[in-house]
Amino acid sequence: MKRVQFSSVYLPYLFIAPQMAIIFVFFYWPSVQAIQSSFYLEDPFGFGATFVGLSNYSDALGSVQYQAIARFTVVFTVLVTFLSLGIGMLLAVKADAVLKGSSTYKTLLIWVYAIAPPVAGLMGMMFFDQHIGPLVKFAALFGWDMKVGLNYNDTAIAMIIVSVWKQIPYNFIFILSGLQSIPVSVREAAAIDCRSGFRRFWTMTLPLLAPTAFFLLIINMTYALFDTFGVIDVMVKDKAANNPITLVYKVYMDGFRGNDLGGSSAQSVILMIVVFVLTIFQFRFIERRVHYN
Amino acid sequence: MASIGIKDVSKIYNGGVTAVSAVNIDIADGEFIVLVGPSGCGKSTLLRMVAGLETISEGSVTIGDRVVNDVDPADRDIAMVFQNYALYPHMSVYDNLAYGLKNRRTPKAEIDARVAEAARMLELQPYLERKPRALSGGQRQRVAMGRAIVRKPSAFLFDEPLSNLDAKLRVSMRGEIKRLQRRVGTTSIYVTHDQLEAMTLADRLVVLSGGKIEQIGRPLEVYHRPATTFVASFIGSPAMNLVSGEVHGSKLALGPALIELGATVPTQGAVTVGLRAEDLRLHQGLDGSMPFRIDYVEELGAQRLVHGLVGDQPMVAALSAEIPLPETASLSIASFRLHFFDTASGRRIDWAGERAGAAATSTVEFVIS
Repeated sequence: MKRVQFSSVYLPYLFIAPQMAIIFVFFYWPSVQAIQSSFYLEDPFGFGATFVGLSNYSDALGSVQYQAIARFTVVFTVLVTFLSLGIGMLLAVKADAVLKGSSTYKTLLIWVYAIAPPVAGLMGMMFFDQHIGPLVKFAALFGWDMKVGLNYNDTAIAMIIVSVWKQIPYNFIFILSGLQSIPVSVREAAAIDCRSGFRRFWTMTLPLLAPTAFFLLIINMTYALFDTFGVIDVMVKDKAANNPITLVYKVYMDGFRGNDLGGSSAQSVILMIVVFVLTIFQFRFIERRVHYN
Repeated sequence: MASIGIKDVSKIYNGGVTAVSAVNIDIADGEFIVLVGPSGCGKSTLLRMVAGLETISEGSVTIGDRVVNDVDPADRDIAMVFQNYALYPHMSVYDNLAYGLKNRRTPKAEIDARVAEAARMLELQPYLERKPRALSGGQRQRVAMGRAIVRKPSAFLFDEPLSNLDAKLRVSMRGEIKRLQRRVGTTSIYVTHDQLEAMTLADRLVVLSGGKIEQIGRPLEVYHRPATTFVASFIGSPAMNLVSGEVHGSKLALGPALIELGATVPTQGAVTVGLRAEDLRLHQGLDGSMPFRIDYVEELGAQRLVHGLVGDQPMVAALSAEIPLPETASLSIASFRLHFFDTASGRRIDWAGERAGAAATSTVEFVIS
């Protein structure tokens, strides 16, 4: 680590001040506000707030609906994370092996990432449209009558597919650059030492990709938990009645549709704790097994 | 153990660039062959074609009695040592050594025994549990060597394995490689751009230039009888002086200097003449046959390299550091030590004079100098 000497003790603080100001305004302050309002029952019309202690939390955690949504969120997050990581990795490994026209191929794969989440949701919606959606027609070939927006499971599957599709290019870019940072000679040495390409992938490529994969694991989980909001919003079209939603969407629904700011705040604090615990867990237990060069 | 046959091998890249053209080398079982040449001469490409890391555009490579053109690198029964070692960074030294064996389903006891043997040979026992990043350059190089040895392959392929080491370590590792190869007796192909490394390691040298073989031969043979002006200027340090001269009758004219060639002459008319710096003798005044204008001097300790002009052609003489440098000096050379090359093709011209002289004085030579 290189140490920099500053002429004044205040100078380094001045340098990090803009960054800290942004974090404070957009993260710490709202967080503190959320924690505070999670202990109050807010009047929907803003006429006042009553201190209710932990009852917002017990209401949320005790609700059957909340528990069902939490269960769906876990399934959704796990599936989206592993599918998008897995497919992204498969594509990257294959693209890395392509010699001719590889840049065109890579660009085509990366393009999808430039689509904004709500647009992706809209496109996904069109893919699963009851009348014109090609994927619905494809499902019909197998006798599966997909009713996205009406049937709980069908909507869940469509939501997962669109979310995974949207995230694959991101994973693809990172894994591809991770692959290309593995020295050519190390790969060649492995090619001489090990005949099976499959075995080479598991014993050589994957361990050397581990730092990238670990980073992506965290990013993907955060994506599945929070950034899929736009996709879900378009898919369930604000009518969450019998449709699967994730916890983040419920925070939004309760807070801005149901005007229950206290309950909504309590839920977002719960989410904050979940993410906090997850991140600590990942850094303590997974990162240790990851090899850094 | 196996012989290696390289027959009419060419490498032509997609753009039509020819990196290696129609190379033929027969490597005997247990032989240490060094491919040497300047960068871009195709030596690494040739090695990589033997390894299977590059496809062979034309010709065939045989290892043992098997043509391996379409054989997977892992099935060619070769081991390669790379320039930057190419160790597996996430594996311990033990696992680095054992990896190739594990993938070949070698029994665990056998792996342990072979790794232990290689580690003992290379003095790596204390480091078996370490990761490569915790090793010094020389130690990493030894692990790379060990990875090749444990496999007991038919052939070792070395791709400039010492060029990442500092000068002192390079000399000691050079000795170690030579000793090791002698001991295990495995056929080896070694690629380097360092002519000193090539000279000291090789059983036979292959000098390459522009994808073509310039000369194949034992190191001293190549040194004493370079086949072309390219080999003459590449092998030996300092490089051989190459000057243009003219043969008239029995005399060779080098600018103002006239050298008596004796009864036989290599050719008549214009010729390229090669003079090894260490074959030149310095004379006080104009006693020697070639008047020499001294330009500058490089002191090497035991020797000094004196740069100057004979006529208008540059010449380097390697002289003992004890000889005082006079104001006016001249050089002389025994006529049988002259090398003659065709001016147009650059090929060596053999002549009776050099052999006669060499035979007569080769035993006395050491006593004089």
